[in-house]
Amino acid sequence: MRLTVNHVTRYSFGAPIARLIQSQRLTPSRCANQQVQSWEVRMEGATRGAAFRDGAGDWTETVTVQGPRDHFEIVVEGTVETQDFAGVLQEHREKVPPSAYLTATDLTRPSQGLRELAGRALEGMGAATPLDRAHALSAMVSDTVQYVPGETDQLTPAAEVLEGGKGVCQDQTHVLITLAQLSGIPARYVTGYLFSAAEEHMSEASHAWAELHVPDLGWVGFDASNRCCPDDRYIRLNSGFDAQDAAPIRGVVSGGGGETLDVRVKIRDADDPAAAQAQQ
Amino acid sequence: MAETFNEMVDQGHVREAYRNLEKWQNDMPADLRAMKQNEAEALFRRVGITFAVYGEGGDPERLIPFDMFPRVFTASEWRKLDRGIRQRAAALNAFLADVYDQREIVRAGRVPEHLITHNEAFEKAVVGFRPPRNVWSHIVGIDLVRTGPDQFYVLEDNCRTPSGVSYMLQNREIMMRMFPNLFVENRIAPVDNYADTLRKTLASVAPQKCDRDPTVVILTPGQFNSAYYEHSFLADLMGVELVEGQDLFVEGDFCWMRTTEGPKKVDVIYRRIDDAFIDPLCFRPDSMLGVPGLMNVYRSGGVTICSAPGAGVADDKAIYTFVPEMIRFYLGEAPILENVPTWQCAKADECKYVLENLSELVVKEVHGSGGYGMLVGPKADKATIEAFRAKIEERPWNYIAQPTLALSACPTFVEEGVAPRHVDLRPYCLVGEKIELVPGGLTRVALKEGSLVVNSSQGGGVKDTWVLAE
Repeated sequence: MRLTVNHVTRYSFGAPIARLIQSQRLTPSRCANQQVQSWEVRMEGATRGAAFRDGAGDWTETVTVQGPRDHFEIVVEGTVETQDFAGVLQEHREKVPPSAYLTATDLTRPSQGLRELAGRALEGMGAATPLDRAHALSAMVSDTVQYVPGETDQLTPAAEVLEGGKGVCQDQTHVLITLAQLSGIPARYVTGYLFSAAEEHMSEASHAWAELHVPDLGWVGFDASNRCCPDDRYIRLNSGFDAQDAAPIRGVVSGGGGETLDVRVKIRDADDPAAAQAQQ
Repeated sequence: MAETFNEMVDQGHVREAYRNLEKWQNDMPADLRAMKQNEAEALFRRVGITFAVYGEGGDPERLIPFDMFPRVFTASEWRKLDRGIRQRAAALNAFLADVYDQREIVRAGRVPEHLITHNEAFEKAVVGFRPPRNVWSHIVGIDLVRTGPDQFYVLEDNCRTPSGVSYMLQNREIMMRMFPNLFVENRIAPVDNYADTLRKTLASVAPQKCDRDPTVVILTPGQFNSAYYEHSFLADLMGVELVEGQDLFVEGDFCWMRTTEGPKKVDVIYRRIDDAFIDPLCFRPDSMLGVPGLMNVYRSGGVTICSAPGAGVADDKAIYTFVPEMIRFYLGEAPILENVPTWQCAKADECKYVLENLSELVVKEVHGSGGYGMLVGPKADKATIEAFRAKIEERPWNYIAQPTLALSACPTFVEEGVAPRHVDLRPYCLVGEKIELVPGGLTRVALKEGSLVVNSSQGGGVKDTWVLAE
């Protein structure tokens, strides 16, 4: 598919801020699954610098804004040609060894409940292939954690998500990462975009899923929220140990206050004239 | 336990290193000694050096006792140490460069991968990054103990920010003030070039983007840190700025220091704060001590951070066992300094030996620190040993064992005169364009009779450490 992304992040400050600095990872991954045809990150009155590609293959840029400012807007626009590799991340250059992703963070720390869940998911699967086990874990998360927005926040750990049984894609992904790591499978958090033909899923256009490392295949995506592996409807941005580590934007604001955040993401099929029309 | 090696008197003879000090000791009347000891204490108080050595705990404001009796090495004794320390610092740096690049030592089957990637000090954020000159640990503190005339063992490597060097410098300064004649009668290699060498070492690892005399700063967590004295002391001696996180900011490709004349670009940061606090945009988001965006400038080659974030992966207890292997693997040399022999209970045959010899060994948890969860066989009663045996049998991989070392003893001033007390040594090796080592280090001494614990929190003191010139 050819997917066109329009992603606007707008910060408004009740009291003007003195300064803002962000570390941004807003550029699609370089891999065979996706080719960038055009991509642009626009910001007004910002200084950009300190850019590099890290060991996980992600492109990072540093952005600073001098105040006083009462708002700051980031517009990400571009078109990406995607291919369906059944979730397998192909030709992605990275140097971090998979075993580094067996380490839990505060958000993915195991609990007794998570241990039991991992055990249940893999019951009777002693002879199964690693890929089948990964699928079983992802299915278990889909069955156990219901997709319900507003029940969790950005810092809800996997153990609490499981107790509540509800959450958004971030929470389902954290639970899946923990289950995988408990089963000896390296797992990480991936952020990106998801195209959906149906309007009701628009809130999840800015999306997150997990990648599990499977011998012989490498990193394979699992989207427990949608009970599938990422295909050509997905655009991959970057990865990390958890949502915090993988956050596409991490920032610090000095002075001012009363921040409100407005995020709008539109993903459309670039080759669908009807969709293009509707955008006008 | 073997007999203690006395560094001054061996089998009734005064050893070469201490020949001149014997007369000095004999000629000093008790009242003069008491007076000098008071004078030394007053001098230490005046300079304000009151802090605990890295990781020791205890009251940071306490004055660490200074013992006036110097610890002495001859030139030939030092030569071996010097070569061994430099070799070790080189190997540790080669290991760190490899850990964050191709991991050849893992591929070669010499070090298990999980010891690296599951290590708490391993930083994913710097994988694939190559710091200037590929140096990762710029100040390597190597803790050594001695058990005989030629037997030295490395207890521990410190690759992050080893502290205590200000004691090395102040101990010398105060000895020279109090006993100037000693420094006329003995040819003692100077240590006062340490700060200058440190500054040159730091300047030599400035980023390639730096096209002028590099600006070096020391980044401190602030005056409430137990080693703040050392931070300001070193900044003073080097003639560089001592800064806190809030004095620096990131803009564009560089890191800048706020000054009265406007922003000044910073090229090299000797940081005395832990990895987790360096940059809230990369590590702990709640850190107020660091500089937001600093890791991005570092990784894009705009500033050098010393020591490199992630350097701690080389000074872990489990990795320590492999340092001799690193020396052979990276340098193709035989290790000059030995590790303390270590049995890994994870290995069945070694575990068997440990369980059969518990009353003679020191058993430690692999990831433990500060002496917790430790068994000191020779000092433990039967019940304690048996309880520990059960723990080892249950989780063998969690334990290592070492022989109880008979640390050497040096003459030390005590209430009743002069008596031998156990000592260790921490030299500070500097790694940049060159590997540099000032002749000496910090000698810690266990002031309690028979004690092997040199930590200042448990009654340890410090001594001036001499290396005699050729």
